[in-house]
Amino acid sequence: MILRLSIASLFARALTVGMTILAIALSVALFLGVEKVRTGAKASFSDTISGTDLIVGARSGSVQLLLYSVFRIGNATNNVTWESYQDIAERPDVDWIVPISLGDSHRQFRVMGTTRAFFDHYKYRQGRSLAVSDGSIMDDLFDTVIGADVAAVLGYSVGDPIVVAHGLASFTEHKDQPFRVSGILEKTGTPVDRTVIVSMEAIEAVHVDWQRGAQVPGQSTSADVIREMDLTPKAITAALVGVESPLQTFTLQRAINEYGEEPLLAILPGVALQELWGIVGIAETALLAVSAMVVVTALIGMMATIFSSLNERRREMAIFRAMGARPFTILSMLVLEAMVMAALGGLLGLVLLYIGLVVAQPIMDSAFGLWLPIDAPTIREFRVIISVIGAGAIVSLVPAFRAYRMSVADGMMVKT
Amino acid sequence: MTDTTLQITELRYRWPGQAGFRLTVPDLSVARGESVLLLGESGSGKSTLLSLICGTILPDQGRVNIAGTNIATLSSGARDKFRAEQIGVIFQQFNLLPFGTVADNILLPLHFAPMRRKRVGDATAEASRLCSALGLPAGVTGVKATAISVGQQQRVAVARAMIGQPPLIIADEPTSALDANSQAVFLDLLFTQTATHNTSLLMVSHDPRLGERFDRVIRMEDIAQIERAAA
Repeated sequence: MILRLSIASLFARALTVGMTILAIALSVALFLGVEKVRTGAKASFSDTISGTDLIVGARSGSVQLLLYSVFRIGNATNNVTWESYQDIAERPDVDWIVPISLGDSHRQFRVMGTTRAFFDHYKYRQGRSLAVSDGSIMDDLFDTVIGADVAAVLGYSVGDPIVVAHGLASFTEHKDQPFRVSGILEKTGTPVDRTVIVSMEAIEAVHVDWQRGAQVPGQSTSADVIREMDLTPKAITAALVGVESPLQTFTLQRAINEYGEEPLLAILPGVALQELWGIVGIAETALLAVSAMVVVTALIGMMATIFSSLNERRREMAIFRAMGARPFTILSMLVLEAMVMAALGGLLGLVLLYIGLVVAQPIMDSAFGLWLPIDAPTIREFRVIISVIGAGAIVSLVPAFRAYRMSVADGMMVKT
Repeated sequence: MTDTTLQITELRYRWPGQAGFRLTVPDLSVARGESVLLLGESGSGKSTLLSLICGTILPDQGRVNIAGTNIATLSSGARDKFRAEQIGVIFQQFNLLPFGTVADNILLPLHFAPMRRKRVGDATAEASRLCSALGLPAGVTGVKATAISVGQQQRVAVARAMIGQPPLIIADEPTSALDANSQAVFLDLLFTQTATHNTSLLMVSHDPRLGERFDRVIRMEDIAQIERAAA
């Protein structure tokens, strides 16, 4: 009966109580939303590459290799010779290998040289393959396939010409060997969306007239002549490797790391991703802390609401006291009310979160490549709500103790 | 069983925070089934005396015996429970919980008084019976307390005090806001109920015209002194 009366008392103050519940709901939705974005970002991050057992590059740091080979961030300290690449490719434990050559750019986007095998073996988001939304994979030496963001930002369509620049942020362009957009990839939410993909031979082709990073003055070989040339690469930036059996992964990794001809590094993408996520985890924790503070602020708001209602509720407390309620009962009622408000706020917050997810999911996916899964509420989310209810009970003790003291002082005498 | 429902002896109470002011009540008794009107002006200590009788505040000295029990000897929790069991309270403005139904208000004291509840048996049926006895319309128990007239609220306040037949009813100026007609109706209802159950009634008022309806009229100044104690 007391619980029912407490709830009825809350309904009697529907406006202020409703605003308080809404504040708690929004803060809980924000907190859980940040958590969803965090886990979504982590999943998207991890899903950038899947199905690749090893990434091989020149010896440097594992995170650095991951960053430049997968995320197109930063540069390789050195290249891997084509001979070394061939040695690795010929190992019996290698199922497939895809070379990557980076270095040039087009506008703000990186140009990546690779083979057709890249389109067969590069997987993202738990095994999804790349797909062409328009056009086809490159057939000609000077064909290029561009990512969805490249096409969207630069307004390119199939058949458009592209001139790549030498190096990054360079004003020197390979104008003599323009490319043609042969295909546009579907959106993946990975760095592939922001990549201009050409063949390994094309990377060699555009550098025919270049020596030591500069174009040889007065030299301009025609495209037809280039097509007749041997365009076997001399070096690559990195390679994605799939092994015959997962059991062979570590054996192959050790063999590559101990390769005698040149210093190489083979990394497990999952391990390197965890390492990288550990580095960015500080920002993640800070974000979570800020949203937790928003929840705390909402609970303090609830405390203020209860405080401000105490005077107008002295009559109510006096009635309960006169009927035989102990001061502790008065205290318990206020704590109970706070817990009911926090629980309703938490549950409403969960509802708002899912409404927000339904609205934001396609927007976040198309704009940022961030896939926010809409799953059933997790144990962790219910734990958050239970924590909010507990924290609500704790903060309500402050006004509840004041009510306790008022009820002792007032007794059954109505003061208002 | 004692014939005296309320017996106050050599009671002294000092108001907290009010330097030296002290209420002294040497002797006050209310017999079983007796109705007593306690007259007094504002500031004469009436409300304080009611709080002392109800045990929500404790005397510095003296005894407040209700149905043979000195309430000052009870623990805080036992005192609250004792109040719920032994005393029905009617406030000046009836003070029903506005967010509760008529039934919620009538049944409220039973929540804190298991013996009273046991005496009642079927609480909902008893609430309906009391409503009917007090002239409230059928089905009123499910109506919000704020949705009924002032006259009906008076009756609900009486029903709340009377349910479970506590031996003592304390009424704190329940007629002060009523016109003469309404006062008479209210007192008729109250006396009918107390007489039916042989309940003692101590009603506080500043209106001496009500005296003729009571067994005994006492003035606050005759039974109590408020003095400034010597420093």
